[in-house]
Amino acid sequence: MKASNSIKLEFPSKSSNESFARAAAAAFAAQLDPTMEELGDLRTAVSEAVTNAIVHAYPDSIGMICMKLRILESGVFEVTVRDWGRGIEDLEKAMTPLYSTGGEERSGMGFTIMDSFTDKLRVRSSPGKGTTVVMQKSFSPRAVRV
Amino acid sequence: MEIQTSYDAGRLTVYLIGELDQHEARSVMHRLEELLDEYIPRDCALNLAGLSFMDSSGIAVIIRISRRMNALGGRVWIEDPARQPQRVIDAAGIARLVPIAMSR
Repeated sequence: MKASNSIKLEFPSKSSNESFARAAAAAFAAQLDPTMEELGDLRTAVSEAVTNAIVHAYPDSIGMICMKLRILESGVFEVTVRDWGRGIEDLEKAMTPLYSTGGEERSGMGFTIMDSFTDKLRVRSSPGKGTTVVMQKSFSPRAVRV
Repeated sequence: MEIQTSYDAGRLTVYLIGELDQHEARSVMHRLEELLDEYIPRDCALNLAGLSFMDSSGIAVIIRISRRMNALGGRVWIEDPARQPQRVIDAAGIARLVPIAMSR
């Protein structure tokens, strides 16, 4: 679907960029007038996707991460987080709750949270080439809010 | 990310203030473990009223502290979570491991 507005950000996989990425996504989404709760859900999902790229795609080095934010013509907000890191061998296993190959500060709940805080989650990965996470979320129209 | 504490009659309350993500998680985890070693509390309340953001890294911190308190034979709970942390806690389904208490 065509986008009515979009931006693309590229940044190195430094953990200090986690807060930047979620703040940037929230700032761009603000034009859709989301509720505080919807904005919180978006920030959380973006934080998980970007953290995965930082921790898992480039475990021993700094690589580039590309985050694309698109507002589709339907009003749906789409976030794409792409890396060119080591990729995921077994996607099904990686997406199982509590499964983690990360350090002590990871809980294995990243994909579970991305899935429950967005409407649609797609993950493509090829080992040695990288991973792309696409998430879509629609915000409730103001008029029907209570 | 800021950590404040209060201690009264065997109960250690830890106030997590700010944003808790993977960038902060390791140092927060180690600071909390130092506090548990220092106080050896009977009860530990993790107060999340001032936590404006946390992701699944916060879940890892909570689970770690819960295991540590269990090993000490003490109790641990989450106190007054702000809205966003509450939603992450619900999505991760850890409320059965660590109870949530509202003091307000």
